[in-house]
Amino acid sequence: MLCNVCGKSEASIHLTEIVNSQMLELHLCETCAQEKSGDLKTQFSFNELLNDLNSMIGLQKKEESRCRGCGLTYEEFAKSGRLGCPECYEDFSKPLTSLIKRVQKGIQHTGKKPGNTPTQIRFHIDLKDLQERLRKSIQMEEFEEAARIRDQIKQLETQIKKGPGGKSDV
Amino acid sequence: MSDLDPLLHSRCEWLRGEGEASDIVMSSRMRLARNIAGFLFTHHLAKDESEELIDLAESAVKKAALFKEGFFFEQKDLSSLDKQFLLERHLISHEHASAKQDMAVCLSRDEVASVMILEEDHLRIQVLQSGFNLRGAWELIDRLDSELAGHMAYAYHPTLGFLTACPTNVGTGLRASCMLHLPALVMTKQINKVLQALQKLNLAARGMYGEGTQPSGNFFQFSNQMTLGVNEAEIIESLERVIRQIIQNEKEAREILQTKKKDKLEDQIWRALGALKAARFISSRETTTHLSLVRLGVDLGVIQGLSAAKLNELFIMIQPSHLQKCSNRALSSTDRDYERAAFLRRELKSVELL
Repeated sequence: MLCNVCGKSEASIHLTEIVNSQMLELHLCETCAQEKSGDLKTQFSFNELLNDLNSMIGLQKKEESRCRGCGLTYEEFAKSGRLGCPECYEDFSKPLTSLIKRVQKGIQHTGKKPGNTPTQIRFHIDLKDLQERLRKSIQMEEFEEAARIRDQIKQLETQIKKGPGGKSDV
Repeated sequence: MSDLDPLLHSRCEWLRGEGEASDIVMSSRMRLARNIAGFLFTHHLAKDESEELIDLAESAVKKAALFKEGFFFEQKDLSSLDKQFLLERHLISHEHASAKQDMAVCLSRDEVASVMILEEDHLRIQVLQSGFNLRGAWELIDRLDSELAGHMAYAYHPTLGFLTACPTNVGTGLRASCMLHLPALVMTKQINKVLQALQKLNLAARGMYGEGTQPSGNFFQFSNQMTLGVNEAEIIESLERVIRQIIQNEKEAREILQTKKKDKLEDQIWRALGALKAARFISSRETTTHLSLVRLGVDLGVIQGLSAAKLNELFIMIQPSHLQKCSNRALSSTDRDYERAAFLRRELKSVELL
């Protein structure tokens, strides 16, 4: 492999890192590496690579899809290298899967699983989700949906109060 | 005075210079990336959500056995010098040290474990161990992680595993690494072969201070790159196997230097010690280069009367923020070079030039 900077000598130093939230891969010969040390951050950008990937998978720039959880667009992710929320993984699953295939060994998690989350904590998370959904549905003036969510919230709140020993320590 | 003062006078446990192959492997590190379900990722959090998350995470960490009598700092408790200081001790990351928004960090009293709150991910859990001890580090971090999971629900996907802000960490969220001192492989110009081989094995090589840093003082940090499609045991085993091989290579290179280039090698070692004992101004880069040779000299029995633990400590103490913390004032770059030289002459006074 030739050096990314001079394109002449054999690259002997290989870096993969995340600088300013962008993944970047560098192959440098020793001379260039020494010259470039210190200003790596400004010299190279991983954007182009990600953009290449976008065109590869046929993601149109015009056709803007947003994550339902946080409102992030895939383009914004391509720029920053960071997703906005767990839901991004679902909403961008197609382009992300092909990115993940390139940078990871597989697409199936085979490692540690979180233990069973205590019910009380699960309840609180569900409650937070519901409250957020309630807020959104009121904003969208979907009052029937809002009423349904409100009932679910009430139900959950009773369950939380009833919780083991009647106390929740979250 | 700051809340960090107790740290200044304690010796990092993981710098003890003990454990398997500690002449070559300075430390072993494990890091887990975790996010809490029901929140957006760090950089998308509103102010009140950040505060809520810090409270939630802090109260969970405080319940963990490892953090009994631990330290807890929030953004407002830390000056930029403090953050630099924690960075030099490998307790927080570059990214975390330069955070402008809310952040917090929890440290175990012995500095073995730390939890960075609101780094790129909500939680970056870290465990450091002296020497070549990836398994020991994994056991500690696994237990800590499970303990924390009892108080918080992590963002987890049945197929993708633990969800992280960057897809390069998704799955196990595990980054396992070892810091190696490889002066002989550098001197015999074999290091590039090692680095090339590592890349083929999908392992990353970095400098002493992790991501984005250049190797200095012949220190290299090797870590796994992939976190999904491999489980924790596989990650650790394959890294272990490679590190074992590199240790062997370094040992062989040291033997070659000792048998074939003994006089030249000793010349370099003694000159390095001489420079450290004599300098009136010295930069951290030059110091690290000389200390690396002195360390090799100690490992090979050329230099007597200097322990590995002491040397490891020197590598940290000569860093800019440590010098400033110790002298209790801000120092210009020239002042620092002066103070550093004075510090080294004091610390190395009893080590004789033969």
